[in-house]
Amino acid sequence: MPEFLLYALLAGLALALVAGPLGSFVVWRRMAYFGDTLSHSALFGVAIGLLLDVQPALAVVVSSLLLALLLVTLQQRQPLASDTVLGILAHSILSLGLVMLSFMDSVRVDLMGYLFGDLLSVTGTDLAGILAGSTLVVLGLLWLWRPLLAMTVDEELARVEGIPVAGLRLALMLLIALVIGVAMKIVGVLLITSLLIIPAATAQRHARSPEQMALIATLLGMASVCAGLAMSWYLDTPAGPSIVVCAAAWFILSLIRPVRS
Amino acid sequence: MSQPLIRIEQGNVAFSSQPVLEDISLELQQGEIVTLVGPNGSGKTTLVRVLLGLLPLDSGTVWRTPKLRVGYMPQKLGVHPTLPLTVKRFLQLVPGAGAAEIRSALTETGAIKVLNSPLQRISGGELQRVLLARALLRKPQLLVLDEPVQGVDVNGQLELYNLIGRLRDRYGCGVLMVSHDLHLVMRATDRVLCLNRHLCCTGKPEQVSHHPAFIALFGDQAARDLAVYHHTHDHQHDLHGCVLDDNESHDHGPDCTHA
Repeated sequence: MPEFLLYALLAGLALALVAGPLGSFVVWRRMAYFGDTLSHSALFGVAIGLLLDVQPALAVVVSSLLLALLLVTLQQRQPLASDTVLGILAHSILSLGLVMLSFMDSVRVDLMGYLFGDLLSVTGTDLAGILAGSTLVVLGLLWLWRPLLAMTVDEELARVEGIPVAGLRLALMLLIALVIGVAMKIVGVLLITSLLIIPAATAQRHARSPEQMALIATLLGMASVCAGLAMSWYLDTPAGPSIVVCAAAWFILSLIRPVRS
Repeated sequence: MSQPLIRIEQGNVAFSSQPVLEDISLELQQGEIVTLVGPNGSGKTTLVRVLLGLLPLDSGTVWRTPKLRVGYMPQKLGVHPTLPLTVKRFLQLVPGAGAAEIRSALTETGAIKVLNSPLQRISGGELQRVLLARALLRKPQLLVLDEPVQGVDVNGQLELYNLIGRLRDRYGCGVLMVSHDLHLVMRATDRVLCLNRHLCCTGKPEQVSHHPAFIALFGDQAARDLAVYHHTHDHQHDLHGCVLDDNESHDHGPDCTHA
């Protein structure tokens, strides 16, 4: 196997590993649109990173987190429905990022790579960053799994029982921001949320416990990465979108199989 | 009197400058069953949320026993249908709850048969029993029950109120209940708080049911229906229907003008 393909495979598998459990939370807590807004903002983070000469992935994580905080504040302070606020922010910030990048004549930016991912060009350094980010997310999820689950079941009950709900929400946002930083190189800012929610939604129909759903989602995500890379290799299709197409195919296939009662 | 579990002094809450709770002062003692009654929109749920620390007061103070262990039974759960969660797994989310404790709590509340059912598929009455079991697993010092018998069949209601009384005796915990249902709940209660934004009247069930403020809120018929259960004329009433017995007298709300 050529080295670039091995790197691509390992990077994709690392992302699938964390996208399964984290995506389950996104589905349970109805945060799909929230995740989409954050990932759309990643391009803005890239622009800021280039402007300040900071590592783009790091700039993306920080800018996603700042945006998440802004979102939460806005949702509490104004009367618009939260999906409207998310819609406004998602597209304004994506556009702002594109406009900022167009001003930077000195740097050549592979826009398609940022929007849809450039998995096959993952370098050893990229891979190290992706593995480090994924490890952080896995550790965070393992550590916070029970309180996160309790908060997801019912936030008020969790608060009465002394679970620090505000802190946990922030932690969950940080984990999502980390995954966006990890996933940008792999599937691009426009497709990140699909890897979070499609495998989780597929798993949901057949899982009997939260842990089972997270595990099935992870396995489905890994299968999508393998199948997508194979498709890209043999049919010369773009890698990121191929992975998402495979994830969607699993989802459609799962609809055929009857739900376990 | 011993140290209360929770005390509110002159609590006020307003939503968009519309007062919801006005000048509420109350204490909850260990081992006491207190029932909060009042019509829709009287601020019952708001008061419970203040007591639980979910909502801050606009003015006034709330004091809570440090590290108070609260078993809270909400009216419903916000659990999303996509979360695959059995009753058993839901109860395992309580720290320290082992399989044996879970089985015995569910047996006690009469919901053992839904142990392995998905949480979203059980009926409203079964969910109430599961939520009570969950509150018990926390070995609470204070049990807060918001409409504990809604959706429970008539036989089950009486059984649940009896169970709540037994739990109080066993754990010595304070119990705060919110209820619409006047008959059964009154029987199981030490003290009734009648709420209509302010505390109209408080006292033992038999006294409160004769109180003019209570009759004004719930109607003459409701008060007389209650009297069927509690009518033991060991005290005198004045012209307003107020109890004259000093030893057993109820407290008056701040706006009460009668003697």
